[in-house]
Amino acid sequence: MSWLDFFRTRKQADPPSASQAKERLQIVLAHERIGRTREDFLPRLQQELVAVVARYVAIDPGKVNINLDRGGDMSTLEIEIELPGPPQEVKLQRAAAAG
Amino acid sequence: MAQVIVVTSGKGGVGKTTTSAAFATGLALRGKKTVVIDFDVGLRNLDLIMGVERRVVFDIVNVIQGEARLNQALIRDKRVDTLSILPASQTRDKDALTKEGVQKVIEELSADFDYILCDSPAGIEKGALLALYFADQAIVVTNPEVSSVRDSDRILGVLQSKSKRSEEKREKVKEHLLVTRFDPVRAERGEMLKLEDVREILAIPLLGVVPESESVLRASNTGTPVIMDRESVAGQAYSDAVGRFLGEELPHRFLEPERKGGLFKRLFGGRAA
Repeated sequence: MSWLDFFRTRKQADPPSASQAKERLQIVLAHERIGRTREDFLPRLQQELVAVVARYVAIDPGKVNINLDRGGDMSTLEIEIELPGPPQEVKLQRAAAAG
Repeated sequence: MAQVIVVTSGKGGVGKTTTSAAFATGLALRGKKTVVIDFDVGLRNLDLIMGVERRVVFDIVNVIQGEARLNQALIRDKRVDTLSILPASQTRDKDALTKEGVQKVIEELSADFDYILCDSPAGIEKGALLALYFADQAIVVTNPEVSSVRDSDRILGVLQSKSKRSEEKREKVKEHLLVTRFDPVRAERGEMLKLEDVREILAIPLLGVVPESESVLRASNTGTPVIMDRESVAGQAYSDAVGRFLGEELPHRFLEPERKGGLFKRLFGGRAA
């Protein structure tokens, strides 16, 4: 590294990372502290949601995707349930009716 | 069949989680389908080091207790698409992990992954024993410091007596030594155990030496595995170690103190990248 590099690297230096560390900790700890006084509801929430949907549509429990993004002010819970296509007989009946 | 690798040390704070995150990412960056499991139930931290703490929905305990499917608990890394993370539970106690449960998880993962990395908790209690039980290979993370070397020796004994391979009298767990937080300047001054001392005492093949580096704290602050910081000596040292693990012949680097450059370097350039 020459003395010229000294000025260059200083200019390009990333912003200090400690502020990111603090922000990440504040978010994760806020969520964990709530969790300490309340039982983890996600497994039950998932089971109940799947049960409700299954009352109407035959679904494969393996095709349920759950994504969570915990934020400072707001979190999002994304539940993706893949619904099967219409059953084979229905397709055949439709084909027969159309024909 | 996947290879199961435990990252262990006995002693806490030597860099197991940093190593697990870096190594798993390094294997995945080389195209290997890799999953890294946090075995530290109750004190999970791998999620933070990997930067996925906001996306944890389910964990290994949920899977073992049948509350979630394995693919629902796996977190796909957004930077490297061949990498997944299976977090530990933060709320349950360590008894929630069972040998049968862990075996089922590992068997299921074996079908989809090339490498399963197990990030062990410190100590030699249940979580640590389960983390190493199914291992084919072990990365023993050691600092050049007396208590760390002693605890590494202890954990090597445990690997040779309490792993599944030892119980079944199969070929023993392949051991690799990874020395972390090495400071070549202090070692040269005689203030720190030399690399040769550590190698001589533990007498297992050396996989790599990761020098003490500011980039490790920066990586943890931002939730980016340090191996992704290609400018940093620690990142490069981890990258070399992954290469050696996969059979490449790479010389060990960063073992000698950097020779002083000119006046400006001495004044301003003294900090490790």
